[in-house]
Amino acid sequence: MNGLGIEFKGVEKSFLREDGSRQVILNRVNFSIPAGKTTVIAGGSGQGKSVTLKLILGLMHADSGQIFVGENDTTKIRGRKLKDLRTKFGVLFQGAALFDSMTVYENVALPLRERTKKTELEIKNQVLTSLEQLELLGHENKFPAQLSGGMKKRAGLARALQLKPEIMLFDEPTTGLDPVMTQEIYQLFAQTQKQVGYTSIIVSHDIPKVFNLADEVIVLNNGKMDVFSSPESIQWSEKSHIQKFVKTTMGEIYQSHLVEQ
Amino acid sequence: MQQNTIIRLGSSGLSVVTDLGRMGVYLLQIIQGCFRRPFRFSELMRQLNFIGAGSLVVIFFTAASTGMVLGLQGYYSLHKFGAEGMLGSAVSLTLIMELGPVLTALMVAGRAGSAMCAELGIMRISEQVDALDCMAIDPFRYFISPKLLAALISVPLLTALFDVVGIAGGYVAGVHLMGVNPGSYFDGMQSSVTNHDIMLGTVKSFVFAVLIVWICTGRGYFVHVIRGAGFGARSVSKVTTQAVVLSSISVLIFDYLLTAILI
Repeated sequence: MNGLGIEFKGVEKSFLREDGSRQVILNRVNFSIPAGKTTVIAGGSGQGKSVTLKLILGLMHADSGQIFVGENDTTKIRGRKLKDLRTKFGVLFQGAALFDSMTVYENVALPLRERTKKTELEIKNQVLTSLEQLELLGHENKFPAQLSGGMKKRAGLARALQLKPEIMLFDEPTTGLDPVMTQEIYQLFAQTQKQVGYTSIIVSHDIPKVFNLADEVIVLNNGKMDVFSSPESIQWSEKSHIQKFVKTTMGEIYQSHLVEQ
Repeated sequence: MQQNTIIRLGSSGLSVVTDLGRMGVYLLQIIQGCFRRPFRFSELMRQLNFIGAGSLVVIFFTAASTGMVLGLQGYYSLHKFGAEGMLGSAVSLTLIMELGPVLTALMVAGRAGSAMCAELGIMRISEQVDALDCMAIDPFRYFISPKLLAALISVPLLTALFDVVGIAGGYVAGVHLMGVNPGSYFDGMQSSVTNHDIMLGTVKSFVFAVLIVWICTGRGYFVHVIRGAGFGARSVSKVTTQAVVLSSISVLIFDYLLTAILI
């Protein structure tokens, strides 16, 4: 297993509103994400899912508390140490965040050119192998604007996997994709995680489908977090906001399951 | 009601101070990025082409028209005192010390500054800047600092071009159209323009280059945290307008300050 574990200890994060008041996003939350497993972070809009990812990456700083990635407290480290820690991460952004002015090949080769001392030939071999695995061979000279939504995500995934990350973060990875493509993308995640063995954190609205991948589920609500050791256990929660969340996001699937139970 | 006004005022004040502090740190990061290795020579060349070569046409026409207007206006004023022979020195001093650096900077801010701001703003809202951070690639070294270096090379050269074309424009208007003696035009220029005047214009063009890149890229880079900018495409258009207005005003303010200090 390659992955690193993550631990939040009493983390607080709030933002200043236009009227001068503060909006609390995370209110002294404590949880840990086990190494090498897949954890799904779910919750409604504006509940702080993407903020949680940015805090893990050190792109945003917590108001208080500690965030451990392996042995490193990301709230304390800065500069080169933080930069080195970030090389352990791979991130697939909501819109894939491919560089518009670069081709698919250049996008995927970018981390190898910038972060390794590999020769251009070695880079070419590695990039083309990755593109072949992700069924993007033949599209390497296209620009992101010429790709479909699913192809963009696959190119983003190829780029994120180049430095062999120990933690993969997926921010709403299937937004804007049709159900078939969504299923394919999730299968791809499961497959790559099996191959690389990274710790996987998925932020998603696409609850029923993503739960097939999850080892653990974290539900964010009004600054608090509820951690469930399995996707199935979420339906047995007696908390009213969780029941409401189950009803609105999982709909028929779990409700029919409940009737059977 | 009164309390709300005080809260809003305090909040606005805090926001301005935060914004200034953020921009100060940002300027230091751009300067640091110029010295980080590996240096991106290809990006510097791309920016030189965009900021420098791409601005040649607009600078040429602005300089030619400014020089010709100066030639005509100068002749009209000097003719009243029978001092047409001073036209060369009047046109050249005005262009080298003031109009050359200022108008070049305003043209570059409008043409290249707005594009730099929009490019960074779009990269920010589409998470491309975050993607660079996540790959541990320094965005300053990678694509912001080369813009500063390119502007520091391009703007003084464009200013020099502006001065030359402007003086030629003044010559055409003054000598060919109004009949000023060509010898006195160049002699007046040669006897009145000193190295100090050229240095003043050059220092201004360097300072204006820094101001344009700093303000224009900064507004785009911080599009997501600028108070009242909103979100998405509208926020980019809003900060792009802000960037051009702020950089133009800053150029005019610094023009006065530098003239007052260095003259």
